[in-house]
Amino acid sequence: MNSAFRDLTPAQQLVPVTLDGDELMLPDGANLAAALLAYGVGVFRGTPVSGAPRAPYCMMGACFDCLIELHGVTRQACMTQVQAGLVITKPKGRDHADG
Amino acid sequence: MQMVDLAVIGAGPAGMTAATMAAGAGLSVVVLDEQPAPGGQIYRAVASGGTARADILGKDYVEGAVLVQGLLASTARHERGAVVWDIAPLDEGFEITFSQESGPSRVAARRLVLATGALERPIPVPGWTLPGVMTAGAGQILLKASGVVAGSAVLAGSGPLLYLLAIQMSRAGAPPLAIVETQSWRDQLRATPRVLGALRGWRTLFKGFGLLAELRGHAIRRITGARNLAIIGTGRAEGLQFTTKGRTQQISCDTVLLHQGVVPNTQASRALGLEHDWHHGQRAFVPRTDIWGESTHRGIFVIGDGAGIAGAKAAVPAGELAALQIAHQAGALDKATRDKKAGAPRKRLEAERSLRPFLEAAYPVAAQVLAPADTTMVCRCEEVTAGEVRKWAALGCKGPNQTKAFGRVGMGPCQGRYCGLTVTEILARSHDMPHSAVGSYRIRMPLKPVTLGELALLEPTDAAE
Ligand SMILES: Cc1cc2nc3c(=O)[nH]c(=O)nc-3n(C[C@H](O)[C@H](O)[C@H](O)COP(=O)(O)OP(=O)(O)OC[C@H]3O[C@@H](n4cnc5c(N)ncnc54)[C@H](O)[C@@H]3O)c2cc1C
Ligand code: FES
Repeated sequence: MNSAFRDLTPAQQLVPVTLDGDELMLPDGANLAAALLAYGVGVFRGTPVSGAPRAPYCMMGACFDCLIELHGVTRQACMTQVQAGLVITKPKGRDHADG
Repeated sequence: MQMVDLAVIGAGPAGMTAATMAAGAGLSVVVLDEQPAPGGQIYRAVASGGTARADILGKDYVEGAVLVQGLLASTARHERGAVVWDIAPLDEGFEITFSQESGPSRVAARRLVLATGALERPIPVPGWTLPGVMTAGAGQILLKASGVVAGSAVLAGSGPLLYLLAIQMSRAGAPPLAIVETQSWRDQLRATPRVLGALRGWRTLFKGFGLLAELRGHAIRRITGARNLAIIGTGRAEGLQFTTKGRTQQISCDTVLLHQGVVPNTQASRALGLEHDWHHGQRAFVPRTDIWGESTHRGIFVIGDGAGIAGAKAAVPAGELAALQIAHQAGALDKATRDKKAGAPRKRLEAERSLRPFLEAAYPVAAQVLAPADTTMVCRCEEVTAGEVRKWAALGCKGPNQTKAFGRVGMGPCQGRYCGLTVTEILARSHDMPHSAVGSYRIRMPLKPVTLGELALLEPTDAAE
């Protein structure tokens, strides 16, 4: 994937996680939001109100725009560390909600 | 439940200093911070980034390592990754609830220091919710904590943090395409007379000039007096548009990093019902405190940028003053010694604060941010525009808390952190009322959303025992 970000310390131990079912390798222990951005994930979720795309805005746990689901539980990606086996899903927002 | 003498929330320069000194005076201290390591915003990840990153971030950043080592060598207990979400006053002291990876816990403390720092000021400009738009602080956090840097970025807004970030990105080999600044030469002119008042803070002032000199060395394109900032793009940021000298221009980029200075993070001080005052220079509410940092609630101290923006160099003496008074109140320090030791930190604090009127005048908040256009989104969570807030004002809605009833503004997960000040500004203008009379959102615990699973894991409070 093409990323808008560059990783200055790429020689790190990578571990497998899944994002919406696809497997990808991310640096172990890294900040999850930073790792996803560096990997090239541009959109993290759709908003519940309009389904508009969002991605991390503050990186300090204050804006809640980096919300993703980890094993089905909504979490702030910028406040989470990468671990092997994370099952990540992007909240799809209003337009895609079931029912 | 265990009762400690002091709980400090926030392990930035203010909180680390207060905790280390109070522990040194013999008090039992616990420090809670949601980050994985102590350091706060300015010294984020200072102990773990390695030397290459230290070269990029600069000498000021590395100085923070001394504070971190001091804290870790002290008897204060530092809880990592501890998100504080509830603080409840007890008959004596306070009960604090926080969550870590391992689950939620509680601690009781006789006294409380809030050192929760600053947040980026809300920057409601068209397109600010698009992916690819972040705060300048966020761009810097990526660099500090993760060694990740935006490859094709424009920095926009105003304030010294833009210069620092541009330099740090340049050293990292990814200079920004441009810095588009909203302040004009008129603002700089208006600030000039205040330089005299700022001379007491000459050390920091000189560092600022050094920063500008280094910035010139990197030959980054700089545009000042920019107005009508707007991020363009469908689905994500594709560029920044702005007007200068009556001409509209665009710069294509992948990332826009916005900044309009920082404001005190008052979530905890608000939720505790402390008195706040409107600070006209900072255009923000600040908790009311005495010379030691003690708030209007006995036993609760508020220090550092959370008590009014003054920077890291002011946060340290503020932490010292709070620790002196807390040690005195706890009977560990007599009055004469307290007063003798308070002289030096008080001087340093005053010197740093003397810089602020100059900076506030030189880098004012852009007019379009204080009074956003009707179509601009102000509440990111509930997707409410400035026009909607004005419409409610015309219908008789007087205060920020009433706007919540009209349209859920401020009721999303960020709890008004990135719309509260904007709504206050809009209502103050609509009704031609002072900001202090308009007030701000009432904040309620929990400070961060809590899952039912976390609640279920908590033991009932000791009150029941
Ligand atoms: C993103 C950002 C970047 C900045 N970068 C610089 C810089 O490079 N140079 C500079 O001079 N100034 C910088 N500043 C300004 C900065 O606020 C001060 O210089 C300095 O960090 C203030 O110190 P402090 O101790 O008051 O607060 P901070 O250093 O902000 O520390 C506050 C701490 O409180 C913690 N916290 C807050 N709420 C909770 C909670 N509910 N539960 C648990 N923990 C909590 C935070 O995690 C944080 O670690 C920056 C500000 C921001 C917002
Ligand atoms: S990016 Fe703002 S909360 Fe994570």
